[in-house]
Amino acid sequence: MSAVEQSVLADSPSRELMQAAEQRAGALPSLDRRSFLKISGMAGGGLLLAFHVGSEALANGAPKGFVPNAFVRIAPDGTIVIYSKGPEIGQGIKTAFPMIVAEELDADWARVKVEQAAVNPTVFGRQSAGGSRSIPMAWDQLRRAGATARAMLVAAAAKEWGVPESEITTSSSVASHAASNRSLGYGDLAGKAADLPVPDAKALKLKDRKDFKLLGKRITGVENVEVVTGKPLFGIDQVVPGMQIAVFEKCPAVGGKVQSANLDEIKKLPGVTNAFIVEGNGKPTEVMPGVAILASSTWAAFSAKRQLKITWDESSASKDSWSKSVEDAKKLASSQGPESLKAVGDFDKALANASVAEGFYTYPFVSHAPLEPQNCTASFKDGAVEIWAPSQTADAALRLVAGTLGIPVEKVTIHQTRVGGGFGRRLMNDYVCEAAWISRQAGVPVKLQWTREDDMHHDFYRVGGFHSFKGGVDSDGKLVAWQDHFITFTQDGEKPALAGQMSGDEFPSLLVPNVRITQSKLPLATPTGWWRAPGSCALAFAIQSFLHECSVSAKRDHLQFLIDLMGEPRWLAPKNEFALNTERAVAVIKLAAQKGGWGRKMPKGSGLGLAFHFSHAGHFAEVAEVSVDANRKLTVHRVTVAGDVGPIVNMSGAENQVEGSVIDGFSTMGLEISIENGRIQQNNFDSYPLLRIAKAPKVETHFIQSDYSPTGVGEPALPPVAPAICNAIFAATGHRVRTLPLSKEGFSV
Amino acid sequence: MRLNVNGKDLDLGNIDETTPLLWVLRDQLNLVGTKYGCGVAQCGACTVHLNGAPTRSCVLPVSAVAGQKVTTIEGLAAGGKLTAVQAAWVEHDVAQCGYCQAGQIMSATALLNRNPKPTDADIDAAMSGNICRCGTYQRIRKAIHAAAGNTHE
Ligand code: FES
Ligand code: FES
Repeated sequence: MSAVEQSVLADSPSRELMQAAEQRAGALPSLDRRSFLKISGMAGGGLLLAFHVGSEALANGAPKGFVPNAFVRIAPDGTIVIYSKGPEIGQGIKTAFPMIVAEELDADWARVKVEQAAVNPTVFGRQSAGGSRSIPMAWDQLRRAGATARAMLVAAAAKEWGVPESEITTSSSVASHAASNRSLGYGDLAGKAADLPVPDAKALKLKDRKDFKLLGKRITGVENVEVVTGKPLFGIDQVVPGMQIAVFEKCPAVGGKVQSANLDEIKKLPGVTNAFIVEGNGKPTEVMPGVAILASSTWAAFSAKRQLKITWDESSASKDSWSKSVEDAKKLASSQGPESLKAVGDFDKALANASVAEGFYTYPFVSHAPLEPQNCTASFKDGAVEIWAPSQTADAALRLVAGTLGIPVEKVTIHQTRVGGGFGRRLMNDYVCEAAWISRQAGVPVKLQWTREDDMHHDFYRVGGFHSFKGGVDSDGKLVAWQDHFITFTQDGEKPALAGQMSGDEFPSLLVPNVRITQSKLPLATPTGWWRAPGSCALAFAIQSFLHECSVSAKRDHLQFLIDLMGEPRWLAPKNEFALNTERAVAVIKLAAQKGGWGRKMPKGSGLGLAFHFSHAGHFAEVAEVSVDANRKLTVHRVTVAGDVGPIVNMSGAENQVEGSVIDGFSTMGLEISIENGRIQQNNFDSYPLLRIAKAPKVETHFIQSDYSPTGVGEPALPPVAPAICNAIFAATGHRVRTLPLSKEGFSV
Repeated sequence: MRLNVNGKDLDLGNIDETTPLLWVLRDQLNLVGTKYGCGVAQCGACTVHLNGAPTRSCVLPVSAVAGQKVTTIEGLAAGGKLTAVQAAWVEHDVAQCGYCQAGQIMSATALLNRNPKPTDADIDAAMSGNICRCGTYQRIRKAIHAAAGNTHE
């Protein structure tokens, strides 16, 4: 895990909750029926109340359902319900999680029904989507959930037939005893299994990978039909009785407070039912000051918002200026930073005898821009709040909202909706806190609906940054000297801005004998946050592009240069399966090169680029094929991806994540959020032009399914995209892209 | 005023006629499959058919469609049977978050209705008004070709 990834946890407002939940994640929450009833009552969720009803019926001697744990319910008719505990944000977890349970259960996938679990970290452990950690952190827990259920069904069958458990096999929701030619469906066994003791989850034998039947296959999303028929799945689709639509206007420069507003005028507008000033608590991650308008329809609310006239007190508001930051950074480029992040060997001496490359790299702030603008439905009543949230961290939101409102955490209920895109934006729950606050202040249930412009103006942006590099390659063609003056930002004058930090061990410094890495920090008020593959999403562009500059300066083939850089097969952090492994790295680099046709001669104006990056426990290498015309119009024809994240859970979902990562990586090369006088200069998709279909490259995905335990694939395919494309642009044109977005270098897409 | 949505004649009663069709569908008719993404005809999440033609409902005042035929994503699968386009979307596992996909399907359906065998260039032209933030373009292209029964690609 990189420093940035660790900080995702460390910086989380809900650190304690998350850590406690993750410690428990290994321990399977097996529930006896009594505690299950208690929890279901506590959670108050419709899903678990269904259990409640079932369990009540059980007490009355009705047909028994089998509920071995909180993840699985098997009905007497053989229907298996598997509860997916994490938020579905487009990463396919609502399909992948149940597949893992179903594999160990030997369930007939065609008869599995997947439902969203209630948000209750006490029962489920971690219930968030971030850091590509859903799969690695839930893998063991979910396998044991499935295996527990299977073990109890096997025990029930053994008891029924009076044969040893070891003679019973299971497949497709059926238990069989071959010797006596008997078999029973799981539904038939459910009632009997329910009477048996729950075995110790840790003692269970899990399947060998070679015996997997479901995992690794291409399985289509469990909600595909609902998606293509327009069912109300998302946060924005929620409706609760008596609900008003709320909009919320905050100061365009973060930190500004409301001095006055034309509330009387606003209240007279058609459809408007209320308008008031929200004091907030001054925290961008919770509730900033602003004006809330409530209306009977979204359009009435949006229209009224446009009529708002607010006088802001901007005495402590952001005065950030990106153009000034760029100037300041350029002045620092030729010096060392005041803070040392790493100093090993003798950089100056090593450089003296080497062929030298030098480069100053710049990347901008960018926005998450999920297609579903932030929204949240909340109903505050009698000191308690019920929330329907498209959040990536509903588990963390429970405690956050309780803190914001000053109510006990037991008084907060959150229902997890499907999420129209995360990309890290919804690791923050500001819009959830706002909805809860506005509902309390207004005394009615509200659906808070941000406009697209709100979404773009009040993000937690991927922080921009600068790197002043020097590198040296010796006469053997080895990278022997590496220097980086990293210029980042700070919001508090001490720590680097959130997700704007770099470890001294960042690639490739553990592979180079002479390293000098220093850091400077520019002041910043604009909130920043985790954007898909935090840290790596920007660092890879600079580092892996500059590595190519080093190999070019030494006239080396970049493929061989990268392989040589990795050196002996080893873990860069010993005994840590989440660290970079040079053997895995070399394998993906070679595979990407082979599949991407590395080394073939390209026509004039065309080029291939190769880049590697390791992040979020994923090893990825990519080859981009581009052409550039006389007007510097860029076409990316194809990106070939080779990745190793261990065994793949759902091949269709995994490939979809890689395809999306490539599009996201390329799309973002054309985008920037610029800030002047504290104000975000972009407003909507006209000024933040996400990539469209006609420009989308073909993506070819190859996985090395190594035997290491599986890790996430929502993020690590993204970081190599930009450097692979920039290296290809260099191959095609001889022009080195050192500044993003591409327009700054005169390229158009 | 009156509106024909998914084959049904509806009386909207006393409505602010400047309201964009999108919000009439979502707030008043509870047809929430049509999505809000940008409100300025940039993203296509709000695409519906107006007399069969793909239209951005977020910038279309409802007054402009009085008495005309509107089809939304909810109106495609008549009698619960998925259309060829919807079925291709399911089978090719197109969606990631799924938020854009109603709009994508409406655009793709309109394309195939007027051009049953589209080329890649036809697809580019017809689908360029629809953003997919998750980047499912490759699968969208495949699904359209599949729905068209195209053998290439
Ligand atoms: S919401 Fe209509 S085009 Fe984006
Ligand atoms: S699937 Fe998420 S925006 Fe298209």
